[in-house]
Amino acid sequence: MSRVFRWVYLGLIYAFLYVPIAVLVVYSFNSSKYSTNWQGFTLKWYGQLVSDSPLREAFVNSLVIAFASSVCATILGTLAAFAFYRYRFVGRKVLYTFIYIVMMSPDIVMGISLLMFFVTLGLATGALTLLIAHITFCLPFVVVTVYSRISGLDRSIIDVAKDLGANEMQVFRHVVMPLLMPAIIAGWLLSFTLSLDDVVVSFFTTGPSFDILPLRIYSMVRLGIKPEINALSTVMFALSLVTVTVAHLVTKEKT
Amino acid sequence: MERQPIVSLKEVTKRFDDVVAVDSLSLDIYQGEFLTLLGPSGCGKTTVLRLIAGFETLTSGEIYMNGARLNGTPPNKRNVNTVFQSYALFPHMNVFDNIAFGLRMKKCEEGLVRRQVGEALEIVKMSGLENRMPHQLSGGQQQRVAMARAIVNKPQVLLLDEPLSALDYRLRQEMEIELKRIHRQLGITFVFVTHDQEEAISMSDRIAVMNRGAIEQVGTPIEIYEEPENMFVARFVGEINVFDGVVREVNNGGATVEIQGRLFPVQNRKNLGPGRAVKVLLRPEDIQVAIEGEWTEGEPYLAGSVEEVIYKGKTVDLVVRLDNKESINVTQFFNEDQENVIYREGQRVHVNWLYGWEVVLPS
Repeated sequence: MSRVFRWVYLGLIYAFLYVPIAVLVVYSFNSSKYSTNWQGFTLKWYGQLVSDSPLREAFVNSLVIAFASSVCATILGTLAAFAFYRYRFVGRKVLYTFIYIVMMSPDIVMGISLLMFFVTLGLATGALTLLIAHITFCLPFVVVTVYSRISGLDRSIIDVAKDLGANEMQVFRHVVMPLLMPAIIAGWLLSFTLSLDDVVVSFFTTGPSFDILPLRIYSMVRLGIKPEINALSTVMFALSLVTVTVAHLVTKEKT
Repeated sequence: MERQPIVSLKEVTKRFDDVVAVDSLSLDIYQGEFLTLLGPSGCGKTTVLRLIAGFETLTSGEIYMNGARLNGTPPNKRNVNTVFQSYALFPHMNVFDNIAFGLRMKKCEEGLVRRQVGEALEIVKMSGLENRMPHQLSGGQQQRVAMARAIVNKPQVLLLDEPLSALDYRLRQEMEIELKRIHRQLGITFVFVTHDQEEAISMSDRIAVMNRGAIEQVGTPIEIYEEPENMFVARFVGEINVFDGVVREVNNGGATVEIQGRLFPVQNRKNLGPGRAVKVLLRPEDIQVAIEGEWTEGEPYLAGSVEEVIYKGKTVDLVVRLDNKESINVTQFFNEDQENVIYREGQRVHVNWLYGWEVVLPS
């Protein structure tokens, strides 16, 4: 009895989470122009997706920004986490808390503040400002992910490596880096997905010259939801599914 | 043993902020010896080890190795290796790569690496486990790998930071014997840090007893145990009974000390004069016990009653409450004429000791 109840309960939770997505995926294969009734299977919306060149361009832009910002955030974040671990300095705890504050602060606040910042600097909004903005909001996630792993490392491991003749560079390359790799990859994937689907911050920090996918979709749905968007959302959903799965496998990996 | 110090500490001081971890400590460590730094936790023994290894920088003083000043030389440039308390094996490398790490950092060619790792594995009796990962090894095996990883570099001095403390009792005893064997086999200097006095006594050539960043006494295990120079060493190394007394009379090499109103003849190595307050120290196994009424011809004794009888197999331990309410511990060995436990709780007994078995320190 309780076993049945447990499965029903669990089923309801997952239905709540996934039914809307399932509906979206199903309707992306619907040949009707209107999402409300089913008129048979088709792949034409996916075809239209491929032929829609502004959309394609926005998609490529999104990938480029996501890739570049996640790589930068990962490098900076890993170094920051290493510094928090390795060195004892005044205000270390306070600074670490500040990392969390950036992570928790609402996107809208971040978007507006970044916009103000760029305007003050006299920077025209576009690809560059968007990239900076994305690095900014991805960075804390990398720091936190990497730091949580690095703080679990036995400090004597670094001492041992030095004792055995390794210099600072060799210690980092042969010992610290390999041990942190799962966290670094997880941090990078997290940044990549965060950057890929950000709307709010991007809305404030990019200009008309540089369109990215989430903003493009946002402007498209203002004129009503086209089946094309269902198809696009399905593609993006599949993409995040793959990333999350990879991230999970990598962090679970034994070291 | 060649009397040429391989490592020489001269008035070494290490301060962490306001805390003095090591306070103007001087010590010579000789080629090939097994030297133990023994002391309670926080006495600075690990800091001394880390100073020799180069993980900490000196606040003041000098460290020499083979006569050359070592201050400021980074750990990767010193001909010493360390075995850590936590073993600290590289979790992402197998046994072979762990041991090979030091050689590879020195850019040894791979054939030589293979040969030397093989030899090191043989010394620690771990051959055949090259491909295991650290998490697949037991505590004792990890310990052996950590040893092999250090000795493969052929250091002149091997530093061991409480390497046995994480092992259970039986394994620890086994590893004590193993460590001694490896020490003999390699002929290099071992500097061993521990808070366990039994470990120190059974393994060392010399022991340096440390307290509050300074050395209280350096000597062979027998000297440390039989002739402690001060109360700290006496109390820290082994169990000991302390009697307060006063010197009443001095005669050539000896003295008479009054303890609890009775006069005992003692040796007077420190030439303490009459009237001097002293502490007379006796190990539990150096105290003789006799049941009241069985006592022999007129020797001085202290009277008391047995409070507890603890049978230990090889020995029987007694807690005796003396008539002045102090309690003392006595260990009796079984021998041919006394094979059974003859003591009972509440029994009246007399205790004393043989002349010269006591240690007399000024109060």
